[in-house]
Amino acid sequence: MIGQLAAIIPAFMVLGVLGIVAARIPAASLLVYGGSLVLCAALLGGGLAGLSGDIERLVLPIGIPWVGGHLRLDPLSGGFLALIGLGGGGASLFALGYGRTEAHPGRVLPFFPVFLGAMTLVVLADDAFLFLFGWELMSLSSWALVMAHQDHDGPPAGPQPGFVYLVMATFSGLTLLLAFSLLGGAAGGLGFDAIRTHPVAPALASAAFLLALVGAGSKAGLVPLHVWLPLAHPAAPSHVSALMSGVMTKVAIYGFLRVAFDLLGPQPWWTATIVLAAGGITAVLGVLQAMLERDLKRLLAYSTVENIGIIFVGIGMALAFRLNGFAAGAALAITAALFHALNHTLFKSLLFFGAGAVLNATGRRDLEAMGGLIRRMPRTAVFVLVGSMAVSALPPLNGFASEWLTFQAILLRPQLPQWGLKLMFPVDGALLALAAALAAACFVRAYGISFLGRPRSDAAAQAHEVDAWSLTAMGAFALLCLLAGILPGAVIDSLAPLAQALSGARMPVQLADPWLTIAPIAASRSSYNGLLVFGFIALSMLVTAGVVHRVSRGVRRAPPWDCGFPQAAPDTQYSAASFGQPIRRVFGVVFAVRDTVDMPEPGEMRAASIVQRRRDPVWDSTYARIAGAVGWSAERLNVLQFLTIRSYLGFVFGALIVLLLTLTLWQ
Amino acid sequence: MTASILAFLHALVAQGAQMTLILLLAPLLTGLVRKVKARLQRRRGPDLIQPYRDLRRLLGKEAVVAENASWLFRTAPYFVFAATWVAAALIPTFAANLMFSWSGDLIAITALLGSARFALALAGMDIGTSFGGIGASREVMIASLAEPAMLMIVFSVALVAGSTQLSTVAEHMLTGNPGIRVSLAMALVALLVVAIAENGRVPVDNPATHLELTMVHEAMVLEYSGRHLALIEWAASLKLMLYISMIACIFVPVGLAADTASPAGNLVGIGTWLAKMAVFGTALGVAETAVAKMRVFRVPNYLGAALMLGLLGVLLLFVSQGM
Repeated sequence: MIGQLAAIIPAFMVLGVLGIVAARIPAASLLVYGGSLVLCAALLGGGLAGLSGDIERLVLPIGIPWVGGHLRLDPLSGGFLALIGLGGGGASLFALGYGRTEAHPGRVLPFFPVFLGAMTLVVLADDAFLFLFGWELMSLSSWALVMAHQDHDGPPAGPQPGFVYLVMATFSGLTLLLAFSLLGGAAGGLGFDAIRTHPVAPALASAAFLLALVGAGSKAGLVPLHVWLPLAHPAAPSHVSALMSGVMTKVAIYGFLRVAFDLLGPQPWWTATIVLAAGGITAVLGVLQAMLERDLKRLLAYSTVENIGIIFVGIGMALAFRLNGFAAGAALAITAALFHALNHTLFKSLLFFGAGAVLNATGRRDLEAMGGLIRRMPRTAVFVLVGSMAVSALPPLNGFASEWLTFQAILLRPQLPQWGLKLMFPVDGALLALAAALAAACFVRAYGISFLGRPRSDAAAQAHEVDAWSLTAMGAFALLCLLAGILPGAVIDSLAPLAQALSGARMPVQLADPWLTIAPIAASRSSYNGLLVFGFIALSMLVTAGVVHRVSRGVRRAPPWDCGFPQAAPDTQYSAASFGQPIRRVFGVVFAVRDTVDMPEPGEMRAASIVQRRRDPVWDSTYARIAGAVGWSAERLNVLQFLTIRSYLGFVFGALIVLLLTLTLWQ
Repeated sequence: MTASILAFLHALVAQGAQMTLILLLAPLLTGLVRKVKARLQRRRGPDLIQPYRDLRRLLGKEAVVAENASWLFRTAPYFVFAATWVAAALIPTFAANLMFSWSGDLIAITALLGSARFALALAGMDIGTSFGGIGASREVMIASLAEPAMLMIVFSVALVAGSTQLSTVAEHMLTGNPGIRVSLAMALVALLVVAIAENGRVPVDNPATHLELTMVHEAMVLEYSGRHLALIEWAASLKLMLYISMIACIFVPVGLAADTASPAGNLVGIGTWLAKMAVFGTALGVAETAVAKMRVFRVPNYLGAALMLGLLGVLLLFVSQGM
């Protein structure tokens, strides 16, 4: 099995080369995306087989000389390969239709399959060299895709997506490089097997853990390392945005799980506290930013940050349970995290496809220019509604099932001896509850402003439904969201080998329960049945509709009532900004929001104006300062560029003296 | 074999009776609250059964729907009604351990009500009027604080009872002798606050208002008429009944039948449940008369206090056993 899976990586690269060669032919997108779809299907199949199969290894003659490249297929890599196959397959299917509208196919086609191949390599790698090579290839190919729509006039003012992404990707690669050098120890073993069998000193292990958290966390979008994500993810073409948000963040989580659970043993309790704190803060900050965002794709990217936070809370709980030897709790928490990772891939891909469809239909990403799309794009509207309800953690869809499991893990309340963990559990519970409620508010706003109401621009009024390929991709993912929501037991059971590998235990078999109920511990303690809830809601709706339609007199169409004063202009509707205003006012203190109103006196003829300001606390306190310091020192060092040859020779001489002196003193 | 089929049918009938009773009695509770408020204001007030007459009248009328309304606007009332009804069916009203009580726990009940609110807020934005928008926007602002507060209450109760299943919680409160606990007292206060906010009662919202700028729920459903409005009103009554039944079964589970096996137990359960509803309904009417509605932007402080109380209760439970 691993041989075939490994062969998929060069196949992706070949597709990338074909993308360069054939970019000018109209059939190129069919070739590249069709090929990617087939390869992703194979990846999905192979990954699922690996998830429940035995560990397989493969040594390739390429890699570091005399060492070779090591690949390994175990439940952890199998599960994430299946996730790449699923998300990548959906994105390829969507792109079969969506990619045809691409203005510069030559900028996208070569990098799309390479991106997929690089992610496959990261997950299959069993030595640090191949892992980091795949990681960097993943960063670079996705960077090229982020830059695809950057034209000569450049993006609007503000931080440049491509530049910020490149800096953060370099940072992430650097920290992982340091982490693996620490793990390799004095012997410098690069193979994961060598790392597993030769544990390093506890202090070094903790340092490696933190470096891996920073490296993988910055790729996944963990606050405060998330700043590049809402810039870079929306800048790419929409199917790539879906891939970056839905799949690449999961590969980053894979990297963290591989280091934290597989390569390293249990770490001190404060490391789990850091993961828990980062996860909770990420969830709330991400969703608050999403709530106030007016660019549809950036809103989705911020929502990705929120969901990464939820996943990291699950991972943090699993770490806390594991170090206290509570394997059953660790299994529940890690299953919740992995289930949510799968769900996030499903609904975030779906929502990015929907955003792409809207972008295609209207040419706009700004919520304030949309409205009434449910009438112009009826099918897209249904699918995006499913995605919005799923991301808002509403039953009977899948987002609720995984958040429910996460809450159950919090409620286990084992007797953890460490005070830091004891306090973090309920605090994270409150933060997740807040994030879930705000996510619902955020997606009422996003869906209500874009798809409902009256069109706010001509572009929205003349929108058209998208092509059949895109609709198929969205429909398939909407169906999967529903299925994972009403049959959570099947998902939990198939994740069992993965939970077993990571935590040493597994959750009870769920599909054996009557009526397909899920009960993480015992039915008397907590249980949920998505199928019955869905069935009861559907049945009650049908019965109610049947009875009510029998007794009532039908429907008449009339102009809107609006308390007797209907306003003809679509501008009088609630806008995205006005909808978000109450939340902005309540939670605005986080972003130091300030509204400056300039209201003319009666009789004055000038227009009134309002200036709204919102700041990102993380950007201001960290990144802006670092960028300022770099700029300041560059300014100071700039004088060095314009010296005479004598001064340069003097510098060289001085440096030589200093080096020699150091060397002397060293010995 | 026959015995097991009989037991199955018996359980099915009990569950059906619970669903029917809560559905049919919900408007009566609304009528009672209105009557109490009217009497306290020295009015005679409408009959107790006036809500039923309203529902019949609305159901019989033709529904006037705005010209540009989409399918979502016409489907939402049915979804809201169904989701609220399913959530209400999960509450042990007169007996615990009903047939389908395990298909959802307290978290699922909270989330089901969230689903209903999500649909209604979207429906409010469908026509594209400013009132629909203002209602939806304020509703989600209130919910963004009320829902986490509710989950914190659920956490407190679940940690005390060792379960999020409402039936198990009620049994624990009835027989396990939890004693007087600080965290449960905090949860009760927080739950009362949340219940008032979630049901749009004074001081958060006024169900009887016709002053547009102060409306939240009423502004959101302004465009509805006829059978759609009837379903939404009925769902609102059902939600009030649900919350009061939930408070009753967690904090005063007296008289609740442990299961539906004994007819006498069921009768006692129904009797005490009705008595509890009457007491709580009267108390709600008195409370609503005694306080004034607050400004919309003071509501976050009010709900924030509930959230903090809930969180404090959960923290106490995490750090100590006996609180």
